[in-house]
Amino acid sequence: MNSRILACLLLLPLHAGAQALNPADLLKPLSDSWPTYSGDYSGRRYSALRQIDQSNVKHLTLAWSTRITAGMPNAGGARFGFGGPAGAPNIVGGEGTGELNESGGRSSRIVGAVLMVEGILYAATPDNAWAINAADGHILWHYVWKTKGGTHTGNRGLGMWGNWLFMETPDNYLVSLDARTGQERWHKPIASLSEQYFSTAAPIVIGRHVLVGTGNDLDAPAFLQSFDPETGDVQWKWFATPQKQGEAGLDSWGSLDAAIHGGGHMWIAGAYDPESHLYIVGTGNPTPAYTSGTRGPGDNLYTCSLVAINVETGKLAWHFQTSPHDTHDWDSTQTPALVDAEFNGRPRKLVMQATRNGYYFVLDRTTGEHLVTSKFSPTANWAKGLDAKGQPQRDPAKDFHVGGALVSPTNAGATNWMPPAYSPDTGLFYLTSEDGYAMYYLTETDPRGAMGLGGKDERGVATPGTFLTAMDYKTGRIAWRRQYVGSGAWGGTNVGHGLLTTAGKLLFAGDPAGNFVAYNPANGEPLWHSHLGEVSNSPETYLLNGRQYVLIAAVDMLYAFYLYE
Amino acid sequence: MLRRSDSVLPLILTLLLGASALSGQNAPPGAPPAPVAGRGGGGRSAYPQRPTVDPAVIERGRGVFSVNCAFCHGSDARGGEGGPNLLRSSLVLNDQKGELIAPVVRDGRPNAGMPPVNLTAAQISDMAAFLHSFPVGGRDAARSTPPTIVVGDAAAGKAQFQTRCAACHSESGDLKGLASRQADPKTLQQLWLMPGGGRGGRGAAPTKTPITVTVTLPDGAKAEGRLERIDDFLVVLRDSDGRVRSFPRKGDRPAVAIHDPLKGHLDLLPRLTDKDIHDLTAYLVTLK
Repeated sequence: MNSRILACLLLLPLHAGAQALNPADLLKPLSDSWPTYSGDYSGRRYSALRQIDQSNVKHLTLAWSTRITAGMPNAGGARFGFGGPAGAPNIVGGEGTGELNESGGRSSRIVGAVLMVEGILYAATPDNAWAINAADGHILWHYVWKTKGGTHTGNRGLGMWGNWLFMETPDNYLVSLDARTGQERWHKPIASLSEQYFSTAAPIVIGRHVLVGTGNDLDAPAFLQSFDPETGDVQWKWFATPQKQGEAGLDSWGSLDAAIHGGGHMWIAGAYDPESHLYIVGTGNPTPAYTSGTRGPGDNLYTCSLVAINVETGKLAWHFQTSPHDTHDWDSTQTPALVDAEFNGRPRKLVMQATRNGYYFVLDRTTGEHLVTSKFSPTANWAKGLDAKGQPQRDPAKDFHVGGALVSPTNAGATNWMPPAYSPDTGLFYLTSEDGYAMYYLTETDPRGAMGLGGKDERGVATPGTFLTAMDYKTGRIAWRRQYVGSGAWGGTNVGHGLLTTAGKLLFAGDPAGNFVAYNPANGEPLWHSHLGEVSNSPETYLLNGRQYVLIAAVDMLYAFYLYE
Repeated sequence: MLRRSDSVLPLILTLLLGASALSGQNAPPGAPPAPVAGRGGGGRSAYPQRPTVDPAVIERGRGVFSVNCAFCHGSDARGGEGGPNLLRSSLVLNDQKGELIAPVVRDGRPNAGMPPVNLTAAQISDMAAFLHSFPVGGRDAARSTPPTIVVGDAAAGKAQFQTRCAACHSESGDLKGLASRQADPKTLQQLWLMPGGGRGGRGAAPTKTPITVTVTLPDGAKAEGRLERIDDFLVVLRDSDGRVRSFPRKGDRPAVAIHDPLKGHLDLLPRLTDKDIHDLTAYLVTLK
């Protein structure tokens, strides 16, 4: 066992009970439980479970379903019934008044990971968290945070360490709960609400570190912070852009002020390589997002990059920029996948990422050495080609225009937050992708440009197609892609079709029509489906009482499937 | 002149419109095209606005700012000759009544080239109120916009029309009076790129031009109608009697043929340059 992890085990609270998460479980390949955002640290979303396989998947049936009810108690939050089970206890925290809390909207929409640890599920939406019995969907407790505001766009899930859960809130607090009761242990500020930060990310627990990213649409500095899971103290803070004179990357900015306000927010969890202690995460778009004059002509490091950060020190080990000087709000935060596989005849430690700008990248994850760039969205027209480093070279004519520039992809991107997956059985990297066109009109005539996301008017034109796409990991060439016939655009970052692969040789995904589908990962043929109405998060799987469950969220509903016996 | 009373309402409207446009649903019929951007999801629980301040205080603050600060930071505080944009400054955003701004004003920032400025506490407080009177947001509907999006060459556009469009359309036929029916050039441009408001993309309304479908059953019988929905497992059409008919799909069976009248427009998109688009629009706006 890794000595650092062993040390962490010894530091666990003495009262860590039978349902606590053993941090060593986080180092195991994905199998019986789902203890972190991507299931395991690799970001592959490949489960070793094989009870459900191609031969029996047609016998998949509903195990249970349950509805989550967000908001303050008595604002629709209480559960009444005729002789039914007693309602789950509500625990209320937070520094707001409760008046701003939503009982519907995004706060009733599960878009993140649901943890499964020792038979209990832990789900979250903005301001809300639940513990749910994984055997039958019975809600054990509901925690609601009285918000002070902030963009309530989603919550990507919880992190766990021993008995402690960690949740980010839209008004920028890290809240720690006791997983057994939902009672709050403490809450710590992450960022300033006055600067219009909002925090949606799933905290990632690595050893004795809770990694916390955040978001902002108003040119505020971007950072990843590490908190102590026991005390909530900040251990380190890594900024995505230079904040002081003399810092590396400053020459890629027009000025220090531009760099400080340059963005790069890490709002999607990364992947972790335990051997190198590197946390590999995608950074967000530079800001101002569109009118980039004040950012200067440079690349704007380290925005829109894959960065490797030493989790013990918070220092950058390497970076690779996947979108130099982005001008479309196409952040590169998409979850990377860490894969050990053959490349050019020898085994290598790889990291793969498909980014919002329509391109796919493979790097050596130990050094950051570039290996592959390919385009997975054939309509993408914003780049002139690749430079010597393998980076797409932006075509400034396709930024925007007073008369409109026809650009692909749309602002929603060729892919977005929805997690991809990788299967070692097929050697294919899977993602949901969109070929879309929009007109980008420049509206800001002030040469100083706009702030944040201002300065342009984007009008959608057409979506030639949305796809379930499978790529050869070594080349990025599309092995197959299955068009979601009849599908319109995603409509923003809100609809998602994250992916799951299993050793049962299955690929699970929602489709845009609201079906939950098991596909053959070799060719994309559907093998089973159930129409749920609207699938909103990524499929997960776990083993409980000897049976494999497949879990999916459909807005405020959770559905668990298993084999009919 | 940007007064507090003028500036707050548009911001609120922007937040409300932005939130509804980003709710993941299509805009209701007749709704204005939504200038969509960003993550949204703000709505009523977005960023708290500052308390209202006596306009006289803001005007005094504007005077202080214009004399002492505007040369470097711009008269609108968005940055100028050497001084940064103050509206997005962390210090200004976190300041309430000048308590964070005051030390910077009095001491300057010698390392950044800012000299100390000798102002009284009252002047700094007024100036802070002026800075805080600006609505601050990424999406800023109050900003200036270009007078027109028509930037192309109408003569070149007419030639484009003959080669690309004339097979299906005629300026004296179906497009007669087009620019009178649709007077806003931006809407007109979007309309001809993809009639009916476009298919997909952010901010696009659902198309009004129906897609039709023919389903050929294994016994050879055909069902035809307006396509309501299709996915990998079901195709739903509404036939000429208004009846909704649903046919399960498995692979290629039954045979489904989709007739999209806008396919020609879709196929055109990868072949159009932005100049082609601008020229065509410059021509089409003349079809009064």
